[in-house]
Amino acid sequence: MFSTVLPDVLIQGWALQLSPELASRAQFGWTISVHIIFASLSVGLAPFIVYFTWKDVRTDDERFTRLRSFWVKVFAAGFVMGTVTGIPMSFQFGTNFPQFAEVAGELIGGPLAFEAKMAFFLEAVFLGVLLFGQERVSDRTYILSSVLVGVGAWLSAFWILIVNAWMQTPQGFEMITRNGMEVAKLTDPLAAFFTPRMPWMYVHMVNASVISVALLVAGVSAYIVWKKRDAAAWNTALKLAVIILLVTAPLQAVHGDAYGRHVADTQPQKFAAMEAHYETGTADLHLLAFPKSIDAITDPKAENLFTVSLPGVGSFLASGGDFDAEVLGLNEYEENPPVAMVFWSFRFMVGLGFLFIGLALWGGYLIYNGRLSESNRFLKTMIAASPLGYAALLTGWYVTEIGRQPWVIQGELRTSEAVSSTLSGTEATLTLVGFVVIYIGLILVALHVLRWLVEDELRELGAKVSDDDRWYGPVPKVSDDD
Amino acid sequence: MTELVLLVDAYLVDALPEIWFGAVMFALAMYVVLDGFDFGIGMLYATRDDEREKETLLTAFGPVWDANEVWVVAFGTMLLAAFPRVYSRVLADHYLLALGFVLALLFRGLGPEMREQRDDERWKRYWDYSFIGGSFLAPLLFGTLAGRWIFDAPTLSLPALLTGVGLVTVSVATGAAFLTAKTRPRLASDLRTYGIVATLVYLIGVVALLTTVVVTDAGGAAETVLSLPVGAIVLLSVVAGGGGSVLALRGKYRAWLVSALGLPALLSLLVALLLYPTIYPPTGLTVREAVVSPLALNLVTILGFPALLLVLWYFKFLYGVFSGPIEGEGYKS
Repeated sequence: MFSTVLPDVLIQGWALQLSPELASRAQFGWTISVHIIFASLSVGLAPFIVYFTWKDVRTDDERFTRLRSFWVKVFAAGFVMGTVTGIPMSFQFGTNFPQFAEVAGELIGGPLAFEAKMAFFLEAVFLGVLLFGQERVSDRTYILSSVLVGVGAWLSAFWILIVNAWMQTPQGFEMITRNGMEVAKLTDPLAAFFTPRMPWMYVHMVNASVISVALLVAGVSAYIVWKKRDAAAWNTALKLAVIILLVTAPLQAVHGDAYGRHVADTQPQKFAAMEAHYETGTADLHLLAFPKSIDAITDPKAENLFTVSLPGVGSFLASGGDFDAEVLGLNEYEENPPVAMVFWSFRFMVGLGFLFIGLALWGGYLIYNGRLSESNRFLKTMIAASPLGYAALLTGWYVTEIGRQPWVIQGELRTSEAVSSTLSGTEATLTLVGFVVIYIGLILVALHVLRWLVEDELRELGAKVSDDDRWYGPVPKVSDDD
Repeated sequence: MTELVLLVDAYLVDALPEIWFGAVMFALAMYVVLDGFDFGIGMLYATRDDEREKETLLTAFGPVWDANEVWVVAFGTMLLAAFPRVYSRVLADHYLLALGFVLALLFRGLGPEMREQRDDERWKRYWDYSFIGGSFLAPLLFGTLAGRWIFDAPTLSLPALLTGVGLVTVSVATGAAFLTAKTRPRLASDLRTYGIVATLVYLIGVVALLTTVVVTDAGGAAETVLSLPVGAIVLLSVVAGGGGSVLALRGKYRAWLVSALGLPALLSLLVALLLYPTIYPPTGLTVREAVVSPLALNLVTILGFPALLLVLWYFKFLYGVFSGPIEGEGYKS
């Protein structure tokens, strides 16, 4: 193949050359980690864009013109990043996991094609209108464009999660032999599309996207308000973001609890990994867990942890009310996912989830007192919290995806069987390095763009930009929004 | 649920696998035609030094390139939905080409978007390189991949490389035709020359490619190449290319655009003819052997075809909104 052209010797002599399977998994995991940040930015930001566009066009309020213009720029940059990182992903099923694509093609091909045709096109076409077409279309069409962009983003998530949920709780198919290979044949489309996992995943994921964006909006607004107190638009945005968090953050906790029970029912191995529960029997909930040694970080067996545990609460959560319920332990299985990654990712996600509820309540209390933009401590906390939604979203995704290993299709196809048989370690390592380097560059670019957009906004507002000092200009009384 | 049961045992119409082969090739054609002129704009961009002219070129494709690019995802996922084995083999067997192509697309896509973000000469210059490099490499790698697929040929072989070069030159031709129809006379007449040269190189390239295929019988396609339909496509390409060039010289740029867009469309038709009835020459797999079961195919037909019509309507709307020549700053919001 290409091996005659490429400096094979260079790479083969390299101690770090990985196996095709490990390199493919790392590459897929890494590319989806970066992609998901931008994809969920579109999903979460869409309702904000619709609201700002609608208010901007329908009222003559300068605040919303400002907010629309700023966040549409963020949306556009994020959408481009999402597109350029998403296209490689749509091909990686074939390049790195062709056996998976072939086995599952009948089940996943339809939804993925619908995603492109019903969602991705919708978003891309009407984003063009939203970005460049305000002078060329009527107000009504312009608002409609923002709505259609949002519908596109939410539909994208819907079709993609149909595929992912099917991989977690597959049904609606039978295995047959085609061209000498065992493949899944679609037998019941409704069952295959609306798998037990689908509604859980969709609500959890869309809500996580909205929470992440609300934190981002709150953080950016807090920063601008911190620099310039009388920035009316940004006071409005901060308040809006806090109100949205007040609804979405508690919802996520309640929903997550029920989702956990569903996972215990349908993927007991993943549930056991989330709780580092090894021996079948009553499961405790490790509220706080500290590793006794470095080894315990990489293999968090319950006996290797100092824990503050609630006895039987693991059983309670898994069964929905029974403290003595038997929970299957990891020792029941021949092969387990990397337990440490699942266990600690889960704790990280849940911990952050509770932090978000706390932040929302704090902000709500400040709104109630009319002091939202006056508390420096709150503003600084929100600035610091702005990336945390994405941290929670990513770790949640790791729980879902790493937690189901060794299966790519739960109970049907192992990840090791899904990897390309023609792929060499050289090729896989080479592209892994390429993706890591390029995507790190991409993240840096995205962060710079966000910083510049914020700086431009501050400059337009007449605030000090150049250093990190407070805004020492006159601090007028905060205008009473809404 | 009797209706559903009816869907299970047989294809909605007997020729549905062939129709889907046509649908997949249609998505490929849409991609090659639409993103083709985007690539062409990217390559022609390299010939511009003046900042205002560069802005004009970017404005010309700014609102549409993203939507154009989605056709490659539509092509890939439709191939997966109807012919999963072909999708997986094509991508797995051409691993580096496929990933190189998507990375080239990444650089092409980021370039114009990112250069706008900062008024800094060095920043802009780097993103210009990214845009130009991506616009050149993407069609080259995609074409080479297609050549390998159709002719079962190694990467460094005439059939594969000529297909790659063919896609590059036809992209420049359509890009130039698109830009001349959208810009002011001075810039248009300048770009016209590149377009005409690219068209002629493309036509020579296609003839060279088909000659090579006949001589070496690459992919067992010699017989198909010598058939009447392929001859007709070549003849039509020569007419469209030559006639288009004459129209361009006479300044009839809209007519040139129509005939120029015909070239990549004819090229896609050629690809379909060369493949059919085999869909993956290295394994000799035919359309009928590679297609999914009736229920799955019927389902993607019932849900997918209306969606496809809707997509075509969106495109009509999008190009309607942004029709006409670019004036001054163009379509800024």
